[in-house]
Amino acid sequence: MDRRKFLKTSTATLATVGALPWRKAIAQAGPIKIGLLAPLTGVVASGGKEMVEGVQFYLDQVKGEIAGRKVELVIEDDASNPDTALQKARRLVEQGNCHMLMGDLLANTGLAVANYVKGTGTPYFIPIIAADDLTQRQRIKNVIRVAGYAASAFTHPFGDWALKQGYKKIATVSQDYTFGHEQCGGLAQVFTEGGGEVVQQFWHPLNTADFSPYLGQLADLKVDAIFAMETGADATRFIQQYASFGLKGKIPFLGAMNATDQSVIRTLGEECDGIIAAAHFAEGSDNPVTQKFTREYEAKYGRIPSLYGFSMYSGIMWVAEALEKLGGKVEDRDAVIDAVLKTELVGSPLGKTVKLDAYGNPIYDVSIRKVVKRADGKYWNVPIANYPNVSQFWKYDPETYMKQPPYSRTFQGIKKA
Amino acid sequence: MTETAGASQRKFAGPTGRSALVVLIVLALAAALPLGLSNYQVGLATEILIFGVLAMSIDILAGFAGRTSLGHGAIFGVSGYVVVYASAQAGLPPATAFLLGVLAATLVAVIFALLAVRTSGVYFLLLTLALGMIVWGICLRWTQVTGGENGMRGDVRPALLMAHRTFYWAVLAAVTAVSYAMWRFVRSPFGLTLLGIRDSESRMRSLGYNVPLHLFVGFAVSGFFAGIAGALYAMFNNFVSPSSVALAQSVEGVLMMIAGGVGTLFGGFVGAAAVIALENVVSAYTERWPMVLGLTFILIMIFAPEGIIGTLRALLTRQARQSPISTKGH
Repeated sequence: MDRRKFLKTSTATLATVGALPWRKAIAQAGPIKIGLLAPLTGVVASGGKEMVEGVQFYLDQVKGEIAGRKVELVIEDDASNPDTALQKARRLVEQGNCHMLMGDLLANTGLAVANYVKGTGTPYFIPIIAADDLTQRQRIKNVIRVAGYAASAFTHPFGDWALKQGYKKIATVSQDYTFGHEQCGGLAQVFTEGGGEVVQQFWHPLNTADFSPYLGQLADLKVDAIFAMETGADATRFIQQYASFGLKGKIPFLGAMNATDQSVIRTLGEECDGIIAAAHFAEGSDNPVTQKFTREYEAKYGRIPSLYGFSMYSGIMWVAEALEKLGGKVEDRDAVIDAVLKTELVGSPLGKTVKLDAYGNPIYDVSIRKVVKRADGKYWNVPIANYPNVSQFWKYDPETYMKQPPYSRTFQGIKKA
Repeated sequence: MTETAGASQRKFAGPTGRSALVVLIVLALAAALPLGLSNYQVGLATEILIFGVLAMSIDILAGFAGRTSLGHGAIFGVSGYVVVYASAQAGLPPATAFLLGVLAATLVAVIFALLAVRTSGVYFLLLTLALGMIVWGICLRWTQVTGGENGMRGDVRPALLMAHRTFYWAVLAAVTAVSYAMWRFVRSPFGLTLLGIRDSESRMRSLGYNVPLHLFVGFAVSGFFAGIAGALYAMFNNFVSPSSVALAQSVEGVLMMIAGGVGTLFGGFVGAAAVIALENVVSAYTERWPMVLGLTFILIMIFAPEGIIGTLRALLTRQARQSPISTKGH
């Protein structure tokens, strides 16, 4: 096991570095220590494993070296629980002496760790944590969303796209938590400000087994399209039940990007065919760089890369490119943070240079993508339209945008007609 | 029979010179502990103290009144929520926030107690579990106030106690006072009535004791102590989320109490230390750490059903009893 090996070597080095004085000479150019937090147990464990995969995939490509220094990756399980995440973050920083932290999947774990590093000043990179306010109203300077995205950043253009399809009335259905509120809010605000109407919004608890009460009502609403914000097992069940309810092909299905992520659709058959979603990454893109990444990843791990693998791969690459510029001087935290903020990611699998905005959130070209069947029978997302250079603030002025309350169940930015 | 009665009488006798000495040594060791530990380990030690108080508060009900609560995680968490809300959102000073948190927890405990004191055994377990789930549900869904799934953050800890070691010592002082109070409580005449209720509710009733009232007060006091633990934990983490009020939190508290030894009170610290140390050591080696934890509990239940402290105590008394007999026998 790679993980075990890493842990063994890390404890071994820890033990010997102190004991052997002659090693001190090398210690200045010792390894770059990166603490990786991922949910390896708990409700989102499968995503957590792909996060680790993504990082290791990159480190294997660069032979475990960044800017001429060895990289030591210390992996900790956050158990999908914010209290555990916080405890593990403390261990990585205070005991493991990691130069930086990276990872976490669930927003609550990321927010807990972000609040902790606010006090220590440790650079913390969050390629998966999408909570809007971390790069908006409650920004922390050393918490940077390298290669990640703010939840509502892709649903803003998605709302615009829905208007352009001539949809006048839509309904949304979403898991009832912040990630869902933010994605639905982004779509609802742009869609209603452009003259559309959000007929009804359904919020259901996480881990809903039976969607028939919602699907029954959705069928009667006579809407032009529905937007579904689902993750993980909820997404799988919703897509299956949408099809078995006979709604597939009748009412156009717009999904949040996580609803049609590979982590969901690789277990599904034709019931996911034709679902539209908006995202920065589309594994079925014809861009040669993306194609190369997807091909190599699939060859190595036996599955098409998901958002988790892709984001962590790009995230560590971003940090690596910044450290190359710094000559690997990872000890100077402020310099690291500045370098990462200024770095424009050249090698991104998106095939295009990506840069951060003034708030530490990346600016992407957003693809409207459609789930289609590949020649070998697997399903993947293929871009059908493109919105270049989309900011997390869409077309709003950042200052004015941040004066409105954050999206929540009660504030969805809906403009009354 | 007479011997066990004698032993329990000795247990409830006043502090002898020897036990006072033991307490002083333990306290001195605990106070000196951070000097030899890294910051992270001091953090763990702080956590052990806090969870020790939670386990002890559960032990007041489980070990002394014979009623195991699965709702104490919720009481603990409510205190945390109120502390973070009061200091981060309402801008109150830390001391006020702390008091409000403990007050809120006691209030929740009072409500729980009103509903639960007339039950016992598995019904008490289920009722407290259900009440805890309600609190968890409120924290999860009342997004405007509690922050929903994401929880609440803020700088709760007073600036004076920012450093790891200072905070540890402050917690140690608080925990020492609280532990003494709990020890006094279970040894008081009132505490003895709880023991009586545990052993025979009907006999206590026929002796003229108001059993539900005594249980009610016991529950409220236990909730008050759980609230102190919760408020300390909020200050330790500067953060609170639904996972602090979830069933898993209650179960963890109960496990710590059982691992230490039901009815031993101070076993709570041993149990908390065992569970927290296991979690941290084992998870460094394998991602299957919850399995190792589960196996450990099964082993404890089979080989040391009275918990670590309970088994140690039994071993010691057996030795004390056996030594004169063995000289006679041979």
